[in-house]
Amino acid sequence: MINLKEIFQPLAAMLLAPLLFGIINRVKAFFAGRRGQPLLQSYYDLWKLLNKGAVYSTTTSWVFRASPVVCLAAVVIVACIIPLGARNVISFSGDFVLAVYLLGLMRFFMVIAALDTGSSFEGMGASREVQFSMLAEPALFIGLAVLARLTSSLSLAQAFSSVTPQVWASHCATLLLVAAAFVIILLAENARIPVDDPNTHLELTMIHEVMVLDNSGPDFAFIMYAAAIKLWLFSVLLVRVLLPVGSMPGWASVLVSITAVLLIAVLVGIVESCMARLRLIKVPHLLFSAAALAILALVFAFRD
Amino acid sequence: MWTDIIMVLLTLTNMVALGTSRIRACIRIVAFQGVSLGLLPLLTHPFAPDLLIFAILNTLLKGVVFPVILVRTLRQLNVWKEEDPYVDYGLSLLAGPFVLALSWWISSRLPLPAAISSSMLIPVALFTLFVGFFLIVSRKKALFQVLGYLVLENGIYAFGVAVAFQQPLLIELGILLDVFVGVFVMGIAMFHISRQFDHIDTDRLSSLRS
Repeated sequence: MINLKEIFQPLAAMLLAPLLFGIINRVKAFFAGRRGQPLLQSYYDLWKLLNKGAVYSTTTSWVFRASPVVCLAAVVIVACIIPLGARNVISFSGDFVLAVYLLGLMRFFMVIAALDTGSSFEGMGASREVQFSMLAEPALFIGLAVLARLTSSLSLAQAFSSVTPQVWASHCATLLLVAAAFVIILLAENARIPVDDPNTHLELTMIHEVMVLDNSGPDFAFIMYAAAIKLWLFSVLLVRVLLPVGSMPGWASVLVSITAVLLIAVLVGIVESCMARLRLIKVPHLLFSAAALAILALVFAFRD
Repeated sequence: MWTDIIMVLLTLTNMVALGTSRIRACIRIVAFQGVSLGLLPLLTHPFAPDLLIFAILNTLLKGVVFPVILVRTLRQLNVWKEEDPYVDYGLSLLAGPFVLALSWWISSRLPLPAAISSSMLIPVALFTLFVGFFLIVSRKKALFQVLGYLVLENGIYAFGVAVAFQQPLLIELGILLDVFVGVFVMGIAMFHISRQFDHIDTDRLSSLRS
């Protein structure tokens, strides 16, 4: 028998994730003094794309067609792992390794699909994506290892529900360092502004956007949707580190987490309005600092 | 609790000092480090009037006087950034946590007099010391060497606060005076070096002027 509270969490991710893009766009519009798109614009976009047909280049193979489906499937499974509230649908000891590697699988398929098109621009984007995620992934893993160490539990649900106000009081510094590392990873992994500008369509500076230039119709909808869910999931990770919602009763924790995730979208919007994109050469430096913060947190965590 | 927060601040400022290529930002962060350290003895020791005088002097010197001297030197030299140090900034940033782990290991085997107020004090003081050394050997611009020296001094100071319970005020003031004169003289020396050689890169100082 599937528990309603468990199944609600991936459903919330799948239903509300595109809203995050809407919120980010509205915040950016507010800062620029515009009115901006409707909040639900990304839902309309997805609907429009799903109703179109896809165009495939004759140089592509099955890899290119499989990639959007694999990406979406992988990210939906991750949505079943990363818990909003107490326990998610999939939860076992060591589940965070599966979650991170599923995200890795998603990235791998994006990259080989981009290479499959044979376009040199897409190859460039793929190479950048791989280079940056190579630096971001260890930081993410180390951050999760710190959580595992602090709460001495290997499953995400258990680790996050052990982040109580008491743990915050005694390990405030460690958790803050992990949270800071996660913020940088969130921005880098989801191709947000200090790393990549989702609005520019200038191939020479893009990372994520350039890899999906050849996708159209439902394929592109799948990729956009997968990207939205990915942003949602990284925000959930950050929220669960920052807020000790684990000690709240059942539904309250879920609702508080969802509100906090939406607030994180506002935060991302503010960051995007206030900052310029970093030069590509500087991006590894930012990711190195995320890794350094995570390792510092690990050292602090092993102290006691 | 407060000591721990200052120690974390110290660690973070060390990391920033390791990772920044802008000399002015580095001066500011070292000044901030000095100020937060200046408050440390007030938290770890029972209150005494001479302690307060010392803390105020320390904060003024490290937070106001040194940055002013160094920024003035910076203006005279017109050198704002270090482009290629011996050790790249990303690599220095990654080296930081490992050095911290190393100093933790060292401090765990160091025989110390009992009763140190926080378990983080000694390792972080050692870490600050090592970061100071690292800045001195890994950067080329002479201003970074001065900053490394200041970070080193901060580390020694933190170590002193942790270990020596009640150093006489006179000795502490003597050390402060030494550091002050050191920074002052180094500022003047750098000005003369740059006037003579048109640069302050220490790696090029060993070659004769052509």
